[in-house]
Amino acid sequence: MAVRVQTASFDPGAELNAFLAASNGAGAAATFTGVVRSRPDDPITALTLECYPELAINQLTAIVADATARFGLLAATVIHRYGTLAPGEPIVQVMTLSPHREAAFKGAEFLMDYLKTDAPFWKQETGPGGTHWVEANDEDDKARARWE
Amino acid sequence: MKILYFAWLRERLNRGEEEVSPPDTVATVADLIDWLATRDEAFAHAVEKRSLIKAAVDAKLVAHTAPIAGAQVVALFPPMTGG
Repeated sequence: MAVRVQTASFDPGAELNAFLAASNGAGAAATFTGVVRSRPDDPITALTLECYPELAINQLTAIVADATARFGLLAATVIHRYGTLAPGEPIVQVMTLSPHREAAFKGAEFLMDYLKTDAPFWKQETGPGGTHWVEANDEDDKARARWE
Repeated sequence: MKILYFAWLRERLNRGEEEVSPPDTVATVADLIDWLATRDEAFAHAVEKRSLIKAAVDAKLVAHTAPIAGAQVVALFPPMTGG
């Protein structure tokens, strides 16, 4: 089980390869990578994430432990960045390992749903119209609630 | 005790942290927020909607009903928007 909170960028493919290299013949690995979004109708030039690192490590560690117990994961890794990022850069990567695909998929989804609402990161978007804090999203609360 | 502020709460208060010495009657996170609000109009205004303020005591996420006795660091911040 690994949790990393960092300002440095990471290579999503290299992270996955390292995770798979330690898989010891487990049957299923799932990966989710969150990337800074910028759409033509809602362009952004930068995404800044503020973080409370000490609490983030505690929260992510607890969420990983919950997911591991709940889905019987053999391994799980969460990498989450903070600082100022450009469109297309990876923000977060979640990787899960289990004997079969269902637990790997569900474990990754559970990790993402929980970390969205329970890990202390705050997004600020900068675009042509200026800079604003991203508001918490009801959909994210609902996504988390379905696991309760 | 040290108080940490994050995101728009930090911006609206114009500070990321401060040292405070609340009286013994301030027993919970909710009491602390109320007490801080009596000292500072900007704070009172920023935390008007209490449901938008989350808290951590010594780097553990807690409810507003949580005790703060013996706490070294209390963090106050808006709902989280990571991922």
